[in-house]
Parts: sequence; C-alpha cells; structure tokens
Amino acid sequence: MKILVPVKRVVDFNVKVRVRADGSGVELDGVKMSMNPFDEIAVEEAVRLREAGIATEVVAVSCGTAACEETLRTALALGADRAILVETDAALQPPAVAALLAALARTEQPRLVICGKQAIDDDANQTGQMLAARMGWPQATFASKLVIDGDEAVVTREVDGGLETVAVRLPAVVTTDLRLNEPRYATLPNIMKARRKPIDRSSPQALGVDVTPRLRVLKVSEPPKRRAGERVPDVATLVDRLRNEAKVI
Amino acid sequence: MAVLVIAEHDNRRLRPATRAAIAAACRIEPRVDVLVAGHGCADVAAEAAGVAGVARVRCADAPHYEHELAENLAALVAGVAGDYGHLVAPSTTFGKNLMPRVAALLDVAQVSDVCAVESADTFVHPVYAGNALETVQCLDPVKVLTIRPTAFDAAPAADAPAPVEVLPPGPDLGLSRFVSREGTATDRPELSTARVVVSGGRGLGSAERFQARLTPLAERLGAAIGASRAAVDAGFAPNDLQVGQTGKIVAPELYVAIAISGAIQHLAGMKESRVIVAINKDPEAPIFQVADYGLVADLDDAVPELIEALGR
Repeated sequence: MKILVPVKRVVDFNVKVRVRADGSGVELDGVKMSMNPFDEIAVEEAVRLREAGIATEVVAVSCGTAACEETLRTALALGADRAILVETDAALQPPAVAALLAALARTEQPRLVICGKQAIDDDANQTGQMLAARMGWPQATFASKLVIDGDEAVVTREVDGGLETVAVRLPAVVTTDLRLNEPRYATLPNIMKARRKPIDRSSPQALGVDVTPRLRVLKVSEPPKRRAGERVPDVATLVDRLRNEAKVI
Repeated sequence: MAVLVIAEHDNRRLRPATRAAIAAACRIEPRVDVLVAGHGCADVAAEAAGVAGVARVRCADAPHYEHELAENLAALVAGVAGDYGHLVAPSTTFGKNLMPRVAALLDVAQVSDVCAVESADTFVHPVYAGNALETVQCLDPVKVLTIRPTAFDAAPAADAPAPVEVLPPGPDLGLSRFVSREGTATDRPELSTARVVVSGGRGLGSAERFQARLTPLAERLGAAIGASRAAVDAGFAPNDLQVGQTGKIVAPELYVAIAISGAIQHLAGMKESRVIVAINKDPEAPIFQVADYGLVADLDDAVPELIEALGR
C-alpha cells in the first residue's frame, strides 16, 4: 500500500506573526519556517504504517516555492521514501492545492492520503476534504486513531462532544488531529540520509491545473487588542469585582 | 440569490451553533432556507422552522443521513446548490468536515470561520491563530462559508413557523459507515455556547485534581468546563474540552482560566470572551496580559476560597 502525505511549509508555530503596516498580509521576511505541525503527525503516521508492514511506500508532496524542498527534506528525514515538489511561485489556496494533489493521486494511485487537518497559517481546514471530494473518495477527518482493516480504514475522530469512529473504504483521505501520535525527531544520520533520497519536480502547468485564486484578499488587519486588567490581591476582591464592576455573576 | 443553512443536529434537537449560522446567513439575505438532513429528524425540522429569519425548511430523512457522514451529506447539499448563491454552516467539527467537500464538488472555494459579513461576497475571518484578520472577496458564483458561532448572536424564535418541505434523499454512496460514538456525558452547558466557562491547564497536575478543583467551581457558576491543550495532552481532560486554535473557540460572558499559562494558541480560542479571569501562581504567566482580573495564587487555596465566596 502506497501512502501519499502532503506537507506544507508554514511560519513556525512558535513565531508570533505581525501584520504588515500596509495591510497586505503578515510579515514573512526573516521569519522561521517549519513543516506544519499537523503534517508532521501525518508523516509520522504513514511511516509507522510502513514500519508495521502495512504500507510499502511513503511519498511526501509539497506544493509551493523552491523553499518547500527544505520541508520535503524534513519529511524524508522523518522516514518518507521519496518526495515530489510541485513548484510554483503563485499563492496557493486550498482548492488549488486539492486540485494539484488530485492530479498527483491519479498518477501515483495511493491507497491512502494522510493530510494534516489544518495548516497553522491560513487555519483553513479544507484541503483534505477537497481532495477526497475531487477523487470521489471517502474522508475521515480529525483522526486520533487509525487502523487499516482489509479494504477499510477504521478511524476514530475527534468531534465536538467526544469521539466518533467511522470506517471508510480505501482509497481514502485521512486528516490528522493532535493526538494521533507524537512525531519523532529527525536524527542526524537520517537527516544525512534524506539528502540522498530523490525529490521529483513537477508544476501546476505540467499537471494541467489552474491555480488562480478564487478568494481575493482585500486586506489583512490586526485584531482588536485586549489590555491587561487589574491584579486583584485576593479572592474576596475578585468576587467583588465580578459582582459589582463586571456584573457577570 | 437565496441562502441555504445546513443544520447541525442529533436527530432530536438543533445544535445551538445552527442558530448562530442562521443569524449570520440573515446578514446576507433577510430570509433563508435551512436544510435538515437526518433520520427520524422531524422534530429538528419543526424546531428549525421556528427560528426567526427562516423562510423554509427542507427536510431529507433517510437512514444514511443519520450520522451526518460527509460523503452522503455533501452530495445532497451539492445537488440542491443550484438553487442558492450561498451555502452556510457553523464552523464546528460538523461544518469543517462537510463544507470543504461541498465546495470541491461544486469546484468553488470555501471561506473558513467567518466572523463578520461585510457584503454578499466579502467576509472577514481569522488566520494565524487569530493574530490577523483577513478580509476576502469570494469570486465564485456560489459562496460556501463556515461561520464562527461565537461571532454571531443566535437567531431568536420566529413569530410564526416556516413551512417544512420534504426533500427527496439522494442515494447512499456506501463510501463510509458509522461505527460508534463515545460521548462525554455531562449535564453542564455545551462548551462552545456556555455563558460561563471554567478552564484548567497543566498546572492542575493530574486528572483527579483537574476534576476535584474544576467540577465544584463549574457547578457553582453553572459553567462549562474547558481545558488547555497541555492539559488535554497530559490526559487531565478529554479532547473535546480543548479550547484554542485547533480546538474549540469560545466567547462566554465569563472565562475563568485556572493554572493556564496562556500560550498563543490557547488565547486564540478564548480572547473574545467578555470578561477573563486568570488564577495562576506564576505572576509572569502570559495569560495575565489578556485577563481583566488576575489573581496570583495557589489554586489549592484560591479555588476552594472562590467557591465559598461565590456561595455567600
């Protein structure tokens, strides 16, 4: 069984982003970039399935600028067997990425695609579901447990109000939630080894996909700031403030 | 163009987030349709018909809609999309699972987590864990939106109920099947719509202490219980209590953060709360930078004292 794992290069989760003064976006110059944390979980899950003898090959894919090669090297260092870079300088929105991944899925023919549930930059939470729809495949989103059982993936999903388990027919798309696994760290020997693993290159043109954005970004602004309030000395003062000032209890 | 809201429900009751979605949809068009797809869901259809702003309820009742599986439901929604200019659902796990699939079937974009409607094609939504607000214009003929329930007041009851029409169900695509559901049993208010939320962090130290300290306080305040990601990862609280960028977004009247340091991704889930109280023994905890009232104290002293003071 081949598994395809899309990975996205995003602003590192530790960075507090700043909105550009002209409202054109957030400041990305000189900012540390990393693999989207949910995608790390996706790579880890795929590699574990291969280590368990269930998967035979793990292929990492990234869509974006040449710098995404770095993200793919990370995926290879974490255990992916090979990688594909769909290179473009265009700003990609989820429908475009889903269309690119669908074009690759048609040629690669994976039995399973494991995506992160959302990227921590646009927070869209769309690409996996869109890919599944484009392929006519089922989807199991927000997975906290994944078991391959014959022709099905049995997936426990983190949903509002608890956990839900669904069985989806393969091929399918699974998107990862935080508690699916704890990704390993790439060791130095594996980082060295990853340098020799192959990265194929493609492009939206080669895949015949129009990546024109459907959403026009008119402006990016800073949300209203909350100011620190009062330090109260004790519980009695706190209760007094909540009763008589905030009038919330 | 008409607007369709996809109702989230459990075949017995409408989920409160649906009322917020209806309210948001009414900012686009004053009268909207609601789709209720489920099994044995006539009560839900009747309830939806009684919400202000609803022009018509379309009810598709079939066994394969019982568990709101995205594959069958998205196909049903895409099938009626030709009647509409906007398709709207709450950005709960239900809406997040369903709407991108609907959008892709229609080959259009989807706007996630809309917190303001500027016009029929322009919407504001948070990105980067709420550290930036993006205003986007949707260029597609059908606008598919998930809306942030806490950003819109729930639509009130209507004076007179709207008509309920039967929508013929689509086929069971047989791509997926429901296996089981494990609910977090609680008689407290639902976290995402509660008026008061009491949340605990890693500082609680154990699942037992999390329960022992937070439950009586939540009961005293009539509050829902939430948790930071650190507390959930440590196993102190179940996953569906997680408040934050990748968990639930809450905006209660009162948010009480106990032993929560205040990581950016946690603040993303609660900083729209009207009043924030932070109790933490670390005076440098970032949570104090957003708290209206901060108390530096040990929770084993402060929480019981607070419960007692609230009872007076």
